[in-house]
Amino acid sequence: MSATYFQLFITFFKIGLFTFGGGWAMISIIEREIVDKHHWLDREDFLDLLAVAQSLPGILAVNISVAVGDKIRGRSGSIFSALGTILPSFVIILAIAIFLTPDTINGNPTLVSIFKGIRPAVVALIVAPVISSARAAKIGWKTIWIPVVVALFIWSKLPVVSNPILWIVLGGLGGYIIFRQALSHRPDAEEKGGGI
Amino acid sequence: MIYLKLIWSYFKIGLFGFGGGYAMLSLIENEIVSPGWITEKMFTDIVAISQMTPGPIGINSATYIGYVAPGEAGFDGWWWGILGSLICTLVVVLPSFLLVTFASRYIRRHHDSALVKGIFSGLRPVVVGLIASAALLLMNGANFGTENSDIIISVAICVIAFCTVYFTKIHPILIIIAAGFAGWLIY
Repeated sequence: MSATYFQLFITFFKIGLFTFGGGWAMISIIEREIVDKHHWLDREDFLDLLAVAQSLPGILAVNISVAVGDKIRGRSGSIFSALGTILPSFVIILAIAIFLTPDTINGNPTLVSIFKGIRPAVVALIVAPVISSARAAKIGWKTIWIPVVVALFIWSKLPVVSNPILWIVLGGLGGYIIFRQALSHRPDAEEKGGGI
Repeated sequence: MIYLKLIWSYFKIGLFGFGGGYAMLSLIENEIVSPGWITEKMFTDIVAISQMTPGPIGINSATYIGYVAPGEAGFDGWWWGILGSLICTLVVVLPSFLLVTFASRYIRRHHDSALVKGIFSGLRPVVVGLIASAALLLMNGANFGTENSDIIISVAICVIAFCTVYFTKIHPILIIIAAGFAGWLIY
């Protein structure tokens, strides 16, 4: 059974409207809607798309929407499904931005005290994924220096070295070089090792 | 021109945003908060609002910052804000369209290649560092207060919130609501 553009849009709109937290919270709901409920894709195809979506940069929920929409109904399908995912956030946040301006928050003593309590809790919510992502990335004693160096340099706000993009590029490049060296055969390594 | 700067910044955020919403925060901090387009406080508030509203943090922050930044740069009026919102939100998802349609074929074919595997083995520890830097950058006077009594209360809230989110399955939204309630009671 194939989906119309409108069905794609509505399905992703519902997902965008009712999923808090984005990313992985959304993935399981997208899977349920697309694979189990509507049978627009079989599970294997969906997992293939997911593998691609999570290896690309960008917002994971948008990547998977684009990939699923593209697979089901081509380029236009991807636009409709991505719009569905984006629109609820966009409308809700826009309304908040219009009515809850920084001046409104600062001018209202109750809101000031509420936000004073909220801000340190938000910091805690970002500390927690540091640890869970370190575990998922299997960070050990040999690799712990990488996140430490990256975090300290970005935190330093020094010119150039505090730019996260630099570290993303270096990380990708370094990983590639190390992986290729590990793969290369002994004879190659000996040929190269004429220097020091 | 603020809009061109926003486009360039959000394009970079979309293009280099590996590792999900929290890792993206360090990019947003570097591109948007450091140049002074929004304040540290506003940035934290956006993260709090993103946690309490549906949708991905990347979209939520683009929409909110797109609305606020033109106002901060002197473009008064809600229409400038809505224009900024639209632009930032579209630009941050643009790389997704380009990459999913073009790069997906390549990645599917070379998923086990040294190139793809190596790149991701190098990116993973960096992403941990990106999230850690976002947490470090947010531990500042704007969020924890500058007076001793404020700092003590803030650190206490932060530690309790951390233990709750790390050791229990209580939803982050409830933690934020509880912290807001605590703030209202204390201050």
